[in-house]
Amino acid sequence: MHNQSIASLLAQLHSRAISSRELTTHYLERIKRLDPQYNSFVTLTEDQALKQADAADSLLAQGNAHALCGLPIAHKDIFCTEGVRTSCGSKMLDNFIPPYNATIVENYLNAGVVMLGKTNMDEFAMGSSNETSYYGPVKNPWNVGCVPGGSSGGSAAAVAARLAPAATASDTGGSIRQPASLCGISGIKPTYGRISRWGMIAFASSLDQAGLMATSAEDLSLLLNTLTSFDAKDATCIDEPIPNYASTLSQPLKGLKIGVPVEYFGAGLHPQTEAAVKAALAQFESMGATLVEITLPHSALSVPAYYVIAPAECSANLSRFDGVRYGHRCKDPQDLEDLYRRSRTEGFGDEVKRRILVGSYALSAGYYDAYFTKAQQARRLIQEDFVAAFKQVDLILGPTCPGPAFAFGSKTKDPVAMYLEDIYTIATNLAGLPGMSIPCGLADGLPVGLQIIGNYFAEGLMLNAARQYQQATSFHTLAPANIA
Amino acid sequence: MDADQIEKLAKLARLNIAPDQVAEVADRISNVLRMVDQLQALDTTGVAPMSHPLDAVSRLRADVVTEPNVREAFMAIAPACEDGLYLVPKVID
Amino acid sequence: MPWETVIGLEVHVQLATKTKIFSGSSTAFGAEPNTQACAIDLAMPGTLPTPNAEAFKMAAMFGLGINAEINRRSHFERKNYFYPDLPKGYQTTQLAQPIVGAGFMEIETSSGLKKVRIHHAHLEEDAGKSLHEDFHGMSGIDLNRAGTPLIEVVSEPDMSNAEEAVAFAKKLHALVTALGICDGEMSQGSLRFDVNISVRRPGEPLGTRTETKNLNSFKFMEEAIELEVERQITLIESGGKVIQETRLYNGDTKKARSMRSKEDSNDYRYFPCPDLLPVVLDDTFLDAVRAAMPELPEAKAARYQSDYGLPAYDAGILSNDRLTSIYFETAAKISGQPKLAANWVMGEVAAQLNRHEITLKDCPVSAEQLGQIIARIFDGTITSKSGKTLFDAIWADEGDDADALIKSKGLQQMNDSSALEKIIDEIIAANATQAEAYRAAPEDKKAKMLGFFTGQAMKASKGQANPQQLNALLLAKLN
Repeated sequence: MHNQSIASLLAQLHSRAISSRELTTHYLERIKRLDPQYNSFVTLTEDQALKQADAADSLLAQGNAHALCGLPIAHKDIFCTEGVRTSCGSKMLDNFIPPYNATIVENYLNAGVVMLGKTNMDEFAMGSSNETSYYGPVKNPWNVGCVPGGSSGGSAAAVAARLAPAATASDTGGSIRQPASLCGISGIKPTYGRISRWGMIAFASSLDQAGLMATSAEDLSLLLNTLTSFDAKDATCIDEPIPNYASTLSQPLKGLKIGVPVEYFGAGLHPQTEAAVKAALAQFESMGATLVEITLPHSALSVPAYYVIAPAECSANLSRFDGVRYGHRCKDPQDLEDLYRRSRTEGFGDEVKRRILVGSYALSAGYYDAYFTKAQQARRLIQEDFVAAFKQVDLILGPTCPGPAFAFGSKTKDPVAMYLEDIYTIATNLAGLPGMSIPCGLADGLPVGLQIIGNYFAEGLMLNAARQYQQATSFHTLAPANIA
Repeated sequence: MDADQIEKLAKLARLNIAPDQVAEVADRISNVLRMVDQLQALDTTGVAPMSHPLDAVSRLRADVVTEPNVREAFMAIAPACEDGLYLVPKVID
Repeated sequence: MPWETVIGLEVHVQLATKTKIFSGSSTAFGAEPNTQACAIDLAMPGTLPTPNAEAFKMAAMFGLGINAEINRRSHFERKNYFYPDLPKGYQTTQLAQPIVGAGFMEIETSSGLKKVRIHHAHLEEDAGKSLHEDFHGMSGIDLNRAGTPLIEVVSEPDMSNAEEAVAFAKKLHALVTALGICDGEMSQGSLRFDVNISVRRPGEPLGTRTETKNLNSFKFMEEAIELEVERQITLIESGGKVIQETRLYNGDTKKARSMRSKEDSNDYRYFPCPDLLPVVLDDTFLDAVRAAMPELPEAKAARYQSDYGLPAYDAGILSNDRLTSIYFETAAKISGQPKLAANWVMGEVAAQLNRHEITLKDCPVSAEQLGQIIARIFDGTITSKSGKTLFDAIWADEGDDADALIKSKGLQQMNDSSALEKIIDEIIAANATQAEAYRAAPEDKKAKMLGFFTGQAMKASKGQANPQQLNALLLAKLN
């Protein structure tokens, strides 16, 4: 069952060929058997999942169930789940059981989708290797000596190991696309504002966006409509019409203009990654698309601008974790300052503390203009590059990451080396554009991701292009060994 | 980035940095700052800072009470409370 | 050489919205702790703010009320600091683009009209409250107030003594209550004044200023300013230096002290709030605000003078706050007697409220009831004196309906001349000596002496005698 497409699983659920309980039990059993080697889940909600599956089965039996009813998926532990511990990968929230659901969790719940559990992640989504989680690193199912990428490493590994047909995830600088790339699966981060951020624990509010991971573009498109409801509870959620993504997956690519940014093929790109991405571009060309060389001249500023803006926003977003109303509180505080400083020092890991300090610095008196204002100006220039590019082309394609999955510990000593993992993905977040990663080959035997960047609200076009590519190729069907 | 600056930032952010970690933290943060210093070379004359990816304006909510009393549910997950109040070490003005 | 005092005010005005500025929680005063604090107000992880239209409307009304430019585009910043009554660890406020730009108000001082410039007014959220009762050496935090919308009004340092500062504060109070954007309940913290004070020799540059925070009565404000001015002058004259600090005035002990806790963390690291988009007020919005603008106190006072013929002083008092003006106008309309109504509101009503230490909001006699009393006095049904008896009866909750009470208490004016004559005859008989003296007195003394008989007769009629009739009969009988 775990090698079937979601379309096929849904057809069988609705035809009652399989029950949601059977399907859910199948995945729960796989998680219990296989996940000890990957550590992709931090919480398994078995009892709740079975109850939800039974409820879904009775709805399915009545014959008027939602299209997604009965399908089990996993949620990244950044999304608040009522009554289920939501840790965000941090000791700070190890004891946090929210009395409310994130909007996207609620949407899936209302559709009858079953929650298998909560997936591991870098602490507060800060990391590109899943090594900053309080619950230990997630291992890449393709090679357990390698990282799965981050921050949505748990969701990516779970989907790659077929422990869930799909998983929710979030992307602030590449946290969906980079792990999707490193784990050989498909992931989409829609346009900023397309999906409600309500109940998604904030890292950097102007960059954070929820999204999805699955094994194919078709699977993503089936789940995306339920994710993208307009939500008045998020003031930055945009009330734009939502197309039916699954209905536009068979458009021919003839006439499609694909931009290929020269900046994405420079030094630092793994040669086999480059070869796989170029082969994918050739494939698109052979399917009728036109390749256009474009330039995004401010690309090199993405990483520095991001590492000012994201820490600045996070330094404020994480101030609410103060040991007063929820979360970790130190024992026997001497006074108020001690309560704050010790609760936060004990509750946050090193990378989180580092980013809070950098962010505080960038916003502090005397440095604000030199760092924060400058970074926001760079952000504008980066966005304008894309706006100009999308006057010429329909989509932009390139590598998702500079190389395939890397060994644990190889980049932890040098934060800057780690930050460069997101060199191709960050600009999309700064501009607020939608991005995808889909598998397009192997490098050193490990998956390579092709990044697809679309114009604002062009998710349908991106999914169609990815679907056409996946119809013509089989990279997305490659799975790690030893997951049977 | 020296030890004094780190302590000042740590105080602002309400974090403790153990004395034996200050050098390492300073070093790592300096690395990050060196990297972001690339921005300084950029000519940004006349470029409006961008706070938000979308050029949209805010919706405004109607002034209608929608939130019920949730004290019990939220106090149940609080580390210290009494008589409907959250407790903290004595606040001195 | 004399000293010159320079005063600027920062005023926090709680807006009278039903819900908070960024959540749908109620802002009603006096609820049980933390029962009006939802997930957003508690800064629960993943929660997000949604701005309240009414707060923007009220802020815009204020802007129009101080002759200011309304900024079509405004946005919010985060002001970062840790405090237990600030759940997010930052206050959402406006810094670079506040909703209300520069404006002014004119105040009346002993030396005439003075214009006080207002630098700007911005929207922001209020904090919760720390309760310092001892919970095993701990403080308790109540977040009901957290997120209540405020406008912070920042004046230019245009005031030069306590009198002017208090006049400005009172004028502001009158304006926001007239606009209906604040309930004006200072004892509940609905209006809170921070006073920036410095002193200098004339012609010299501005001295170092201190800020005395959270003054919540005009009296305390006046006391605090006088105390601080004196402290600064004494300090400088004895060779010391004023340091920039935040001070707290205690109205009970009449002493002020430095608030050291506020000194450390003054690097607020403001930056634009990424959870909120810029707010753009279009013509439709502003037209609606203009249409909803109530008559402001000055216009009202002018109308009271021209339409009702009230003296300027009375018109000023009655137009000063919204409740008083509504009360007065209602009583005036029902009675048809604006001058009488003005006298009653400023006289008996004010005196009774004072005596019972309550405000007009809680006055047991409604404006409609007062209007009815006045109407009955004017049409001769009762005397003014009986009117007061009637007012007291309604105040004491002996009944709601003035006419019914007039009947049940027998307050009708005595117009029956035979009954009056009988009373007068008895009084003259009982006071024969005085009557003789009256008759023998020179004409210019008689008027004064008549008062004795009038008083006795009125008393005997239980205040119900028609005064004119009584007077005429007395004169006839005595002469």
